Amino acid sequence: MSEPAAGPATRPSGWRLGVGGWLGAAIALGVAMTAALSLVWTPHDPAAMTMADRLQGPSALHPLGTDHFGRDTLSRLMAGARVSIAVSLVAVGLGAGVGVPLGLLAAARRGWIDEAVMRFNDLAFAFPVLLTAVLVTALLGPGAVNAILAIALFNIPVFARVTRGAALSIWKRPFIQAARLAGRGRPRISLDHVLPNIGGTLIVQGTIQVALAILAEASLSYLGLGSRPPEVSWGRMLNEAQTFLFLSPRLALLPGLAIVVTVLGLNLLGDALRDRLDPRLRPRPGDT
Amino acid sequence: MAWFLARRAVALVLTLWAASLVVFVVLEVLPGDPALLILGVGAREDTLAALRESMGLDQPAWARYLNWVGGLLTGHMANSLTYDVPVPALLGPRLAVSGPLALLALTLAVALALPLGVLAAARRGRATDVTVMGVSQLGVAVPNFWLGLLLVLVFAVGLRWLPSGGFPGWEAGLGPALAALILPALALALPQAAILARVTRSAVLEVLGEDYMRTARAKGLSHAEALWHHGLRNAMIPLVTIMGLQFSFLLAGTIIIETVFTLPGIGRLMFQAIGQRDLVVVRDLVVLLAATVGVVNFLVDVSYALLDPRLRHGRAGVADE
Repeated sequence: MSEPAAGPATRPSGWRLGVGGWLGAAIALGVAMTAALSLVWTPHDPAAMTMADRLQGPSALHPLGTDHFGRDTLSRLMAGARVSIAVSLVAVGLGAGVGVPLGLLAAARRGWIDEAVMRFNDLAFAFPVLLTAVLVTALLGPGAVNAILAIALFNIPVFARVTRGAALSIWKRPFIQAARLAGRGRPRISLDHVLPNIGGTLIVQGTIQVALAILAEASLSYLGLGSRPPEVSWGRMLNEAQTFLFLSPRLALLPGLAIVVTVLGLNLLGDALRDRLDPRLRPRPGDT
Repeated sequence: MAWFLARRAVALVLTLWAASLVVFVVLEVLPGDPALLILGVGAREDTLAALRESMGLDQPAWARYLNWVGGLLTGHMANSLTYDVPVPALLGPRLAVSGPLALLALTLAVALALPLGVLAAARRGRATDVTVMGVSQLGVAVPNFWLGLLLVLVFAVGLRWLPSGGFPGWEAGLGPALAALILPALALALPQAAILARVTRSAVLEVLGEDYMRTARAKGLSHAEALWHHGLRNAMIPLVTIMGLQFSFLLAGTIIIETVFTLPGIGRLMFQAIGQRDLVVVRDLVVLLAATVGVVNFLVDVSYALLDPRLRHGRAGVADE
């Protein structure tokens, strides 16, 4: 599908992302727009309970049926998209906000700073991601903000490592030597020359991390550690649906499908962007 | 080789030491008095003081840290705050669930992913390849706990072949015990298999382009023979790395999967201990999990040396990057 292409000849060029890439972009855009729409309009109030209408199948009034409290499933899925996207974007943004400067610093300074950043990374990778997230939210208390912190925390080492790796190869390029000779300081060079050149790599990584963050947010809310009612989240919907698995499997299918489609879209987009952006960043002959 | 392993061993010990320090400090700064937690808010001050003393809570932080780490190293861990039994006694029966579960999941993931990845690479660009890659792209996007629910829906609710959750215990016999572990293991394994299949495919594709593969073909080996004798061994290095990483995902995955299937394992113990603020159990478990991950990654490093003779003879430098 959108696996890295074999060689330069078959690599997508220009703004062509390939079928997978465009599909991914369309899905990501669709989910984002649904989330935005849910801010101003949903078919019903996602939190409104109508016990008379509980566990109904699809109808004209409720296109995707209702849950065990008679709440409209479509409205809840739309509101869930908002929480999922908001939590993931903010968490990945925070993680990148700390991780990218750390990586830039490590690559620019090398020496003990580099060593310290890398050892911090090793330490962070010693704790399985979900374990850290569960621990953080459990200790700070459940809630969307703490879920964001927990997810941001494990994004820091990822961005630090990717930034450092990409930045190191840029630092060896001739134009950086030129900037050094022109008397530019390391922080200036990092911001003016290194960062723009590794932007593509970071965007690709960011796309993948948002997909992972959506999965992590869903896991946390499934465990009851994510956003709290009346906020809706896909993970929590799945948790509640498990009780009614026998009665109404639809309730367990829909939020899961929403997660899968969103994550799939982001992954497809990420893969296509990587194919599109990475060639320029691959080490060239002469770089080591 | 010895030098390489010694360096890795030192790094492992240092990482674990740092991890234990982080866990201790984080749990130390948390509000909450374990003695108060056990006795309840109505407890008398002198009873609280006596309990604090018996738990060693009146000692300075460094002494408590040393006691704790010493206990971990010698197996004399403190009592759980909620169960009032030593942590090892809690761990034993739960390891007997989580250990086989993780092992079964890893086995399933590898057994599915390696053949599919090799097949996709060998049939590159054709229908088989496209199908395998398409399914794996989907597999990467599926949350394991939702997959668990789907498996329950199909195999427990629909077909009634397997139980939807719970664990009868190994004393109920191998059959029922394994039956209870199959769906959770599948839920853990399939998303990991999807990742592993993709990595296998690209590792094999890389190897297929190497000169020694052409040499092997030139001396008369069939495509499959060349791949089997020369290709796979070389493709194993990136694969073993990913498998090592996946092991830590599997361990963490037990937290959520054991909750979905109400299995009495380590993951569920961890989740409950966090909920009950049983910090004695939490800190021991976190460090033990980090240690398991560290040891597995150390073994991965050792296997590099076994797979790659250049490393064994210390000619190829092992870069940190």
